[in-house]
Parts: sequence; C-alpha cells; structure tokens
Amino acid sequence: MDGTPSATWHGIVAATLRQNDVRLVTYVPDRVLAPLIAAVEADPFFTAFPAAREEEAVGIVTGAWMGGMRGVVLMQTSGFATLANVLASLVCACQIPLVMMVSERGTLGEFNLGQAMVCRTLRPVLAALGIDHHTITRLDETEFVVDRTIRQALATQAPACLILSPLLTGGKRFPA
Amino acid sequence: MSPAMHALHNAKVMSRAELTRRLVAKLSDQAVIGGIGNTNFDLWAAGRRAENFYMLGSMGLAVPIALGVAIAQPNRTVIALEGDGSLLMQLGCLATVAARRARNLIIVVWDNGIYQITGAQPTPAAAARTDLVAIARAAGIAESHWAADEAEFDALAARALGAPGPWFIAARIDDQPAVTQTERDPVRIRDSFMRGIARRA
Repeated sequence: MDGTPSATWHGIVAATLRQNDVRLVTYVPDRVLAPLIAAVEADPFFTAFPAAREEEAVGIVTGAWMGGMRGVVLMQTSGFATLANVLASLVCACQIPLVMMVSERGTLGEFNLGQAMVCRTLRPVLAALGIDHHTITRLDETEFVVDRTIRQALATQAPACLILSPLLTGGKRFPA
Repeated sequence: MSPAMHALHNAKVMSRAELTRRLVAKLSDQAVIGGIGNTNFDLWAAGRRAENFYMLGSMGLAVPIALGVAIAQPNRTVIALEGDGSLLMQLGCLATVAARRARNLIIVVWDNGIYQITGAQPTPAAAARTDLVAIARAAGIAESHWAADEAEFDALAARALGAPGPWFIAARIDDQPAVTQTERDPVRIRDSFMRGIARRA
C-alpha cells in the first residue's frame, strides 16, 4: 500500500468520501488538513472550495444537501467554536445530516494557549447539541469510522462530527 | 460621492411587502431562501410556494444556503432574500459567491438600515452610510444594482431571472411590520422545500 493515496489518512478520507458520493467539500483552511484539501481540490469528482467563515460553509453544505448533493465541511477546532448558533438553529432544528471534520488543535503538544482553551469547548458543545462525534486516532480504523459515520448521518438524518486527532494526522508541531 | 452612492441615496424607500409580491409574481420553478425576520414573513405572506425555504434561525445564512442549492441544482435559479442586517453578519459570502461564479444565483437585499425585528435599532452600516451594492460589486459581483423605484426593481428582477448571474439587487425599504408570521416547524419547512425542489429543474 505504500506510495498509494490510501496509505495515508487523507487518501483514505478522500476515497471514503468518494465511495459515499460526498461530492461537495467546503472548508476553512488548516495546516493539518492541507493534504486532504489538496487531494480533493485536485480530483474533478469533488467540488471543493474555501468559504470565508465556517458557518458559511455549513450553510452551503446544508443548501446543497436539500438540493440533492452530499457534502462535508472541513475546519479546525477554533472554527468549530464559531458554529453553535448555526448548528442549533439550522442543522439540528431542520434535521440536516451535516458531516463535519475537525482537525483537532489544542491538545497533545499544543503551543498556543488560545488553541488549548478553545479545544476544551469542542466536545462539550457537541454533547450539548446531541451531535454524534468520533475521534479518529488510528489509520487502520479511519475508513470504517468515516464510512459508518457518513452512512449513519444520512440514514438517521442527524449531523455528525469526526475529530481528527494528532495521533492520526501528526498534528501541528511546535515552531522550530 | 461615487455614482453608486448616488444610486443608494437617491433610491426611493419602498414597501418591502409590495416588492416581495412583485418578485414572487415573476417566479415559476425558482427556489427562494428567505432570510430570518420580516424578510421571511413577507415572503410567507406573498403566497406559499413549495420551492421556498423559510429560515427560522442562523441569521446571515440565506446567501450561503442559496449558494449550496444553486451548486446542487445548476439548472435551477435560486434566489436569496436577505435583510441588510443579516447580510452585514456574513459579508464574506459575497466573495465566495463571486469566486464560484454562481450563474444561477440572485441575491435580493431589503435595506431599511435597522434591525427591525429587535426594536428598530440602526445598523452600523446605516450610521456609516455604507453602500451594500458597492460592497457587492467590489467583492466581484459585477451585476450589482440599486433599484431606484418599483419599476426599476421589476426590470432588474426580470433581467436577473433571464440572464446569467450572479446578481445582487438591493432596494431601500420601509419599516412596516410584516402582516403575518411563518409557521414554526423547521422539519416541516425543510421537508416541504426538499419535496418542492426534488424534481431537478
């Protein structure tokens, strides 16, 4: 498998999105997500583009789903922290199967106190809203977790959040 | 003062309810995303359409939701109806719309310079005499226009419904309260909208 895209976490995620016909990828960039963003931007199967703000990306994917196109929103932890209102008043209220992928900053070697503080809000906000979430730490579990999470979100018309742990992605390292 | 600023300050203050009725009267299978508050209530009062999505929260997201529908259904025209205060919350979306070159998207903004539903407090844009059409044009939406009066609104809406966009049409409107309110069942509204646009245009 070495050398093939599926040997990397981002290759597995991109392939699993494709298997589930998730064509729309909106994101606010993040260093850790960069290889996944590059992969979907380079693949004509996907319609992938940045939004100016995470809640805008959620609005776009919600509209697309209502119009018959599946999507996913990529962001980092601090971006998720801007979303409580749109998740509560649009996504949860309207039962939108929004799939979010959050690259987890603020833990396992964070160097920015602000990121560490905001990380503490991630799981409590998801719990308060009753949004299913899974933290992916292992390459060998990535396809299963991503695939099953997308399928369950669609089948139950409920949002879900996948948290990409530094254990999976390597995270962002201390500046030299 | 720039030509655009003249257009703003010379524009007639019109009835939001009447302009909404004029817009809805021109529609066939277009989808409409109604922004929260009186924008939505007047859309509801102008006649229920299965192709209308009536937002109940997520202030500022009428344009992003409409852009998503427009991407999913490129052969259907999608209209975002939004208030000035809501748009101010999410100005970045204008750059996203321009970047996507969303040909089938029309943004209509009702500008009365106040947060009407929360007690008619003036917006910062009203205090600064901010020109939303100038912002939209500078964001990259070339077809951005003030409607000077009802006749020009009709003409702009007709042009927008017949030619590639994205379009941004703004009208100065009054502060009359809406005559009715939408139903408050989000799942029912969402389901009705999805069924209304289920057959691809």
